[in-house]
Amino acid sequence: MTGPHEEVRIGVYICHCGSNIAATIDVGAVSKYAATLPSVALARDYKYMCSDPGQELIQKDIQEYKLNRVVVAACSPLLHEPTFRNATARAGLNPFFCHMINIREHGSWVHEDQVQATAKAKAMVRGAVGRVALHKALEKRKAPVNPQVLVVGGGIAGIQAALTLANAGKKVHLVERQPTIGGHMAQFDKTFPTLDCAACILTPKMSQVNQHPNIKLMTMTEVVKVDGYVGNFQVTVRKKPRYIKEDLCVGCLDCIEACVFKEGKFEDDFNLGLNKRKPVYIPFPQATPKLVVIDPESCLQLMKGKCKQSCVAACERAAIDFSQKPMEEVLTVGSIIVATGFKAFDPARTPYYGYGVYPNVYTALEIERLVNASGPTGGDIVLRDGRRPSAIGIIHCVGSRDHRTNRWCSRVCCMYSMKLAHLLKEHSGAEIYNFYIDIRAPGKGYEEFYERLLEEGVHFIRGRVAGVNDWAVTKEEEGRLVIRVEDSLAGFVRRIPVDMVVLSTGLEPHADAQEVRRMFNISCSGEGFFLERHPKLAPVNTNTDGIFLAGCCQGPKDIPDSVAQAGAAAAEALALIDHGYVEMEPMTSYVVSDDCSGCKTCLNMCPYNAISRDEEKGVAVINEALCKGCGVCVSACPSGSIVQNLFEDKEIFREIEEVLAYG
Amino acid sequence: MLRIEREIRYEAERDRSFADEIKKMPGCELMDRCIQCGTCSGACPVSIFMDYTPRKVIELTRSGFKQDVLKSTTIWLCASCYACTVECPKQIGITDVMYALKQKAIEEKVYPPRFPIPVLAREFFKMVRAKGRIAETKLAILLFLKTQFLKIFGMQRLGIDLLRTGRFSPFSLIFPESMKDPAKLTRLIDRLDAKLNSRELEARLESGNPSRPCCPGGAK
Amino acid sequence: MKKYSYFPGCSLKGLGRAYEESFLAVCKALNIELKELEDWNCCGATAYMAIDEHHAVALATRDLALAEMNSTEDLLAPCAGCYLVLNKANKYLAKYPRIGGTVRQALAEEGLKYEGRIKVRHPLEVLLNDVGLEAIQQKIKSSLRGLKVAPYYGCQIVRPYAVFDDQYNPTSMDKLIEATGAKVVEFALKTKCCGGSLTGTLAKVGQEMCFNLLHEMKRRGAQVVATACPLCQFNLEVYQREIAARHKEDVRLPILYFTQLIGLALGLPKKALGLQRQIVAADRIPAECRAENPI
Repeated sequence: MTGPHEEVRIGVYICHCGSNIAATIDVGAVSKYAATLPSVALARDYKYMCSDPGQELIQKDIQEYKLNRVVVAACSPLLHEPTFRNATARAGLNPFFCHMINIREHGSWVHEDQVQATAKAKAMVRGAVGRVALHKALEKRKAPVNPQVLVVGGGIAGIQAALTLANAGKKVHLVERQPTIGGHMAQFDKTFPTLDCAACILTPKMSQVNQHPNIKLMTMTEVVKVDGYVGNFQVTVRKKPRYIKEDLCVGCLDCIEACVFKEGKFEDDFNLGLNKRKPVYIPFPQATPKLVVIDPESCLQLMKGKCKQSCVAACERAAIDFSQKPMEEVLTVGSIIVATGFKAFDPARTPYYGYGVYPNVYTALEIERLVNASGPTGGDIVLRDGRRPSAIGIIHCVGSRDHRTNRWCSRVCCMYSMKLAHLLKEHSGAEIYNFYIDIRAPGKGYEEFYERLLEEGVHFIRGRVAGVNDWAVTKEEEGRLVIRVEDSLAGFVRRIPVDMVVLSTGLEPHADAQEVRRMFNISCSGEGFFLERHPKLAPVNTNTDGIFLAGCCQGPKDIPDSVAQAGAAAAEALALIDHGYVEMEPMTSYVVSDDCSGCKTCLNMCPYNAISRDEEKGVAVINEALCKGCGVCVSACPSGSIVQNLFEDKEIFREIEEVLAYG
Repeated sequence: MLRIEREIRYEAERDRSFADEIKKMPGCELMDRCIQCGTCSGACPVSIFMDYTPRKVIELTRSGFKQDVLKSTTIWLCASCYACTVECPKQIGITDVMYALKQKAIEEKVYPPRFPIPVLAREFFKMVRAKGRIAETKLAILLFLKTQFLKIFGMQRLGIDLLRTGRFSPFSLIFPESMKDPAKLTRLIDRLDAKLNSRELEARLESGNPSRPCCPGGAK
Repeated sequence: MKKYSYFPGCSLKGLGRAYEESFLAVCKALNIELKELEDWNCCGATAYMAIDEHHAVALATRDLALAEMNSTEDLLAPCAGCYLVLNKANKYLAKYPRIGGTVRQALAEEGLKYEGRIKVRHPLEVLLNDVGLEAIQQKIKSSLRGLKVAPYYGCQIVRPYAVFDDQYNPTSMDKLIEATGAKVVEFALKTKCCGGSLTGTLAKVGQEMCFNLLHEMKRRGAQVVATACPLCQFNLEVYQREIAARHKEDVRLPILYFTQLIGLALGLPKKALGLQRQIVAADRIPAECRAENPI
């Protein structure tokens, strides 16, 4: 701690950052200049300040030269502020006496004129030296981490994360908006490249989730509000009514049999509208939890209040309850894993492929259901008009790699297109054509799978299909769909009549991604997927501490990658929990009560709801734990009675004055 | 007898300045983005007649294989229907590339003599500059006279039909449809030429005989 | 009374005069006032872009300048080629300062100025949106009930700028045809190119493109084809004999302008609609069309 009469002794360090800084800024000159500034005891320049020797330099100098302030002029504090603060702390000096300025991203990387860049660096160093003299010692606060975890989304990623955490002994709340967990994977028939049955590998995990003592499974439930901060989140969830008493229903399905609707009349979402269901239904036979659900938009009793209610009569357990209402609950957790998955691209946005115009154009997900033994046709490949196809065209990259729709590559479509080619050929014996731009088969066993498909006689034609229509030129084309494409490898244009067209649609974020991300206070990247903290080194963290990502909500990926990422997210949550506490940065704001006039201006300004009013004293009070140090209240306060640690007025003004005084 | 031909291409052949020049033309700026997906060729109704499909022309152009591109049938077959431009996932103006290449081919006179399409372009230009408007039948007759002379005889029936239905009057051959004051347009074109330093333009359209410029009285 | 500036283009005064005749007649019947641009020049069509883009834009901009300097109304261009070229000029002037600068300078020396305020519109869209289907239906005197019409848009109205209709499956002409009582024949080639000037320069290619269209239209049961471009009408109509010989198939079909069909339904006399200018199979216009409208 520096007492008011203790001499300020500043050590200034200018980093070369290899040639990143040194190639544009004359670091030697800056260092020499720094040495001339008041209260600077020493100034050095060094090649890589963030390296071990660089940090040791700071530590040794602090001890040897009795430094009580440190200025490091290097790269972005976002990268290395903790590095230099920790080095300072190791030398026994309060880490907040170390101030870092950025002469790389704000200097050498944005200016070309060496003379001017060097002058700017000198001015910045002068400002930092002036400022750091006024720094006070600060301590990081510790807040405990609640060991419970919330996993949002019950697809394969959410399931995996929940199981990993539960197996580690942590309590997990798994929230899923559909009536069952399983996500998109439950809709697939087989998975590439092993052709494992998706349901066979998924259902054991779903069952484990349902039975695990550490997992509280909440289906038909959505997150509606998130309050709090890392280690201590209060999450409000809303459960939609199933109209079934969950503890009584055993999934015997008698109610479905008895329903007044003799046949299914409403689009079966799980089967993508390929068949119809009744108002009371179970999404699929292995739905977990194994409970039926009643759809309030088609059930006569719920819509009109008038029905025989033969379902109630049939239910031996009296489990049907039409009086259920939505319910809200607040969960307290220390960390959150967001695993909300993806949405399949809607081919109505690519009208040139004829989806919805010609009945025999299908999406890939529809084919997954068609080909599935528990699907609407029991795995029989029958077209919407009842015929059986003798030729099938699979079009890759639908909606993807296209400036008009989605610019990115959806990563899994080449592989699933190959898988569907295999399954369709196996089930129907038809001649199969895959139309692609590039074959992307990067995973383990993926290229080998491609070779297998080639050996099975599937035609792979390199050419992006411009359009599908029923214009027939030759006799063999009459009554069929024709694909006209340039076979760019063979070097000519071809017309290929098929009976069925499969559109390999891409993956995109859910329609409500922006709403959801605002709720969790995380960001989305340009395409709309949730944003990771660093694309290479922090793919599961977000910029909000305590909130992690897993699965396709962060970007398109296949099942092995989703599972791996879920494990990573669980590990991050475990690290947080087992560490036990989080350290909160001290640059929070506080109210100097004597100066506060109680005008209430700051109360509604705080984006984090951290300010409240002490009615007794008539002044504002800031909750340090919620304060994120954004500074809005400081600037709004008319009487200047709010102070922010590390960003006090006199510190800021000193820095400005010193910068302006340069030259 | 089997014809054995050897083909290998070297970097020295590439004309980078040609590639750069085309890329600066309106609509051609995004050619480098092309991933050679072939959608343009698939959408193009006349790609089945071309020696190089549109996809190939884009690749050859941006790589600078100038002679291949300018000598191709592709650029002349393009009817500018824009099917390719609308379908391209990278939003490249392929039709505009074809226009740019047509311009370049006309400029460098890389086409067979009496090839109808550049002849049509030249006659169109002359007629508009002189009269401000096009008399279609006269233009067609001029075109046939200069390129496929014998075809005229096959067109008699059509000519008679057009006469009969009043869609063509022989009067228009002598007094063609014209602006009331075509000099206004002639002047505009000449002013534009002057600004563009269009010695190039004139030379472009010249039939190959420098003593007979096609634009009499054009500004120099 | 709705007012517009009117740009006929060279073709509507020449081979496509039936389009102008029927269009003017329909406009009169629907209370639309047209003012033809004073001493307009050729728009340049597709040929000029092959010569030089500055010339191409300058030609079109002169007409736009004439329109802007003489009125504030929208400019109607029935010919699909002119419609595209004029729209393209507007876009190029906005997007390419290099071209815009040179063109505007040249125009200025001729005392012409264009600030980019003219909206170029097509009769299909004006009839649909400004007049409205209801207003047209109220004036129908002899419905074309029972007539099967294939609406053929061609390429230039919908591509590359999708100004007023869908690029893959436009329906503006469909709606107007249905308003006359006729039945629209669905077919996949509504916007497939007819070959343009290729029918004249490279006949084999151009005629195959027309054959594809005629064959498909016939296969779908069309009795009559409606077009919105004078070159499409010409191409589809006048080569039917050669195409039949080349492809060994009878492809005779009457090719009309959509304005002629609307005019017939409005009860306008045939001569006013230019129907006597049909070369091919004029006798094939089914009785439904002829009965109530003696020439």
